[in-house]
Formats: sequence, structure tokens, C-alpha cells
Amino acid sequence: MAYPTGFKYTKDHEWIDLSGERGKVGITDYAQQQLGDVVYVELPDVGAKLKQGQSFGTIESVKAVSELYSPVTGEVVEVNTALKDKPEAVNSDPHGSWMIVVKLTNPGETGSLLDASQYADLTK
Amino acid sequence: MEQATAAPLKKTPLNARHRASGARMVPFGGWDMPVEYSGIVDEHLAVRTRAGLFDVSHMGEIEIAGKDALTAVQRISSNDASRLQPGQAQYSGLMTPQGTFVDDLLVYRLAAQHFLLVVNAGTIDKDYEYIVREIAPAGDAVAVNASSRYALLAVQGPEAQAVVQSLTAVDLGAIKYYWFAHGEVASVRATISRTGYTGEDGFEIFVPPQSADRVWQAILEAGRAVDLVPCGLGARDTLRLEAGMRLYGSDIDETTTALEADLGWIVGWKKDDFLGAAVLRAQKTAGVERRIVGFEMIDRGIARHGYDAFVDGRKAGVVTSGTQTPFLKKAIGMAYLPVEHTAPGTAFDVDIRGRRTRARVVPMPFYKRPRA
Repeated sequence: MAYPTGFKYTKDHEWIDLSGERGKVGITDYAQQQLGDVVYVELPDVGAKLKQGQSFGTIESVKAVSELYSPVTGEVVEVNTALKDKPEAVNSDPHGSWMIVVKLTNPGETGSLLDASQYADLTK
Repeated sequence: MEQATAAPLKKTPLNARHRASGARMVPFGGWDMPVEYSGIVDEHLAVRTRAGLFDVSHMGEIEIAGKDALTAVQRISSNDASRLQPGQAQYSGLMTPQGTFVDDLLVYRLAAQHFLLVVNAGTIDKDYEYIVREIAPAGDAVAVNASSRYALLAVQGPEAQAVVQSLTAVDLGAIKYYWFAHGEVASVRATISRTGYTGEDGFEIFVPPQSADRVWQAILEAGRAVDLVPCGLGARDTLRLEAGMRLYGSDIDETTTALEADLGWIVGWKKDDFLGAAVLRAQKTAGVERRIVGFEMIDRGIARHGYDAFVDGRKAGVVTSGTQTPFLKKAIGMAYLPVEHTAPGTAFDVDIRGRRTRARVVPMPFYKRPRA
């Protein structure tokens, strides 16, 4: 699966789709492959404050629990609650299954994120 | 953490086949094993509804033979092997003198004084040394670590019999649960055992390692008609948990007794002396303080191995297995709790990464296959 060129990526395998001062956050196709069948996603409440690299929730496959790390510093302004009942969407459509929308408070940080080709190299 | 000095992982005779087939491989008990092929959920559902094929060649085989072999097995194995006829198998425990588990195992009676013990992969060396030492006083009996002489394939699921029957002249319908027969499968010398670790009907097939790949391929081919799928250890674990079967190293180990593990039925109470007998008999009389239970989550969340259990706000036990089960679609698990809190329906809390999450004791097995 190709990594969308408009997204930025973390080394922890999250993506962020930036639009102005907001960004949708999810996990990459590589991450969902490594996890296997996703059965549970735990996400923060709207209003939660996150620092770059801080855990914003957990994702569980049948076998294992993994932390979700925020690519940016900011405030959670939307949560994709539909994933609670349909966590398997993360497997079937990882780059369309956003988890949270973060309102960035330090947009300069995004310079430290990877672009699609850098991220693709990382997962080779 | 990986140890820098870790020994290289052992490989089953099917290792190259797994890798060539795109299975995802993981280290397990010192072995390089497939954890999943098409995905744990897909494989789990295939076994519940059709059939799945597992490579369990990492399991150990220890043979005990000699004119006092029965005496030797009776000493080291908790269950009563004198109740087995040649051709029959039983689940049992290899116990410490304290009545706790060195391992759990299957005991096959090959002949009157010849037994085959199937033990866990990660404990083969420990078991073998212990058995050799403990059977020494039993007289004329020799234990041999025969693990490298066997590959072991498991075909499990409601269609398992049809698939295997198409490859053998042995009348599988005549093999009862926990019995076995010798014959050929796909023209390969085999021992066919009606056993498994999934809660489904099925067979475990012992074959010579050099023929394992041929039998594996033949079963896949024969299974095509019923959409049999190759399975990894991930589905094996979720299947056995739904079926309420204990996993050595998680649910039972050298700190848990057979009675605490609610496995009193694998103790031969009428036998003479055997390892752990005195402690187990005393515990049977006095009662246990804690016992394993099955549970399901009431609140959202998945309890995992090692999470603490709380009763009335106080730490009271520990979760030993837990997952979201693919077939029942519930978060279930096993935990040790104080015996006064083990009645079905009793509520308790599990600490899931800092959050107290409600769970309830339920009877095991969680899943029981429909009987024809």
C-alpha cells in the first residue's frame, strides 16, 4: 500500500494529515500489518492536551497492546468514536481511519516529521 | 529484551515452508514459529467453522520404555496411566514435590510398557532432566528425548475428519476422543491421535520429520474443498483460551498447584505415591486458598496476562490469560482469585493500565463445540 504523499509520518508509525492548524491522526498501513487484527481502540476525550510524542491512547490486536503517540503538540478537538465499534477499519483502511483531530499549538514541530518517501524507507 | 547471547532459534521441519508461504514468524519457546498466516481472526473462525492446519512440531516428545515403564510413568505423571489401554492417551501434569507444575503433558500408551509423553516446547530439556532423575528408582525404565524424531501436525475443526480421511486408509470414525491409531497419511508412516488444543474435533498427526512437508502439502491440498487454512500459534492461543484450556507458563507453572488450577481431574487420587501426592492430598482435604476462574469483561477493555485483579478495592489476584475472542466476540480470560470469590457471577476489577475495569466470573469452557 502506498503512503499518501500529503501526510506526515512519525517513526512510531502514526500519520498526520495537516490542514491549516489542524491535523487528523491515524496509524500507518505498516503499523496495522505489524499489529494484526485490531480489536480495540482506546482514544482520549475531546479537550485533552497532548505533547508531541506523548501517548494519546492504545490500540489492541488479538495478541498485543500498543500505545498511540501524538505526532504533534496540541489539543484534541475531535475523536473518531466510530472506531470503538468498528476497530477492524484500522486494518482495512489504515490511511482513511483517522483517530483524533489535533489543533496544533506548535506548528513548527511538523518539520521534524517524515515525508512519505522517508517513511517508506524506514519501513523497508 | 533480546539477550545478546541468546541461542539461535530452533526450526521445525516446516520452517522453510512457513517462510515461503508468507507466514509471520516470531520467536516462541526458543523456536522460530508462525504466529499467523492469513490473520488470527480468520484462522480462528476457520477452525471453528471448517478446518485449520497447524505445525506443532516444536512440541517435545519423550518416550519411556522398559519392563517397569508403567511404574516410572505413574511416579512422574499426576494422572493415572494404569487406566490407559494401548492406543489411548490422557492429559496429565508433571509435578514438583510441592504439587505444582513442572509442565503439563499428554501421556500416550503405545504399548503395555511403552509410553510417549508430549510436552511443551520451551520445557523439553527441563522436563527430560527431571524425568530421567525421578524415574531412576523405578527399576527397569529408560527415558529418551525423542523430540527430533517427530514432526507433529494438527488438523482441527468440524471438517478435520473428512480432510484427513481422504488421505488415509485408517478408519478415523473408529478413533474415539483421546485415542490414537497407527497407519499412513499421504503414504507417510503416521500416528493419528484424536486430540487437540482448540476445543474442536480434530487430529494430531505424528510423522517423521523428513516427511512433514509432504504431509503438510497433502493436507492443504485435500483441505481445499472445505477451505481449510494454515494457522499459526496466535489462533492456537485464542482457540485454546475459548475452550478453557490452560497454557503452561501463563495459567499454570511451578507456582500453581493442580488444585489451584482446577485440574484435580488430572490427579490420580487412587494411585500410590507420585510426585506432589502428599501436598496435593493435603490440599484436597484442607481446601485451596485461591483458584483459577474464567471471566468475561463487563466494562470495555481487554484484560491481559499479568494484570492485577481486585476484589472490594484490594489486590486479590492476577490475570493469567486474556484476549478478545474472535468467535464469541467477547473479552475473556482466566485469573486466580481467592476461593471465596470464585463463584460464577462474582464481580471483580482488573487493573487495565491504571484503570479499574469491571469483570465477572463465568464458568469454563467459554466455548463448547456443538456435538453431533
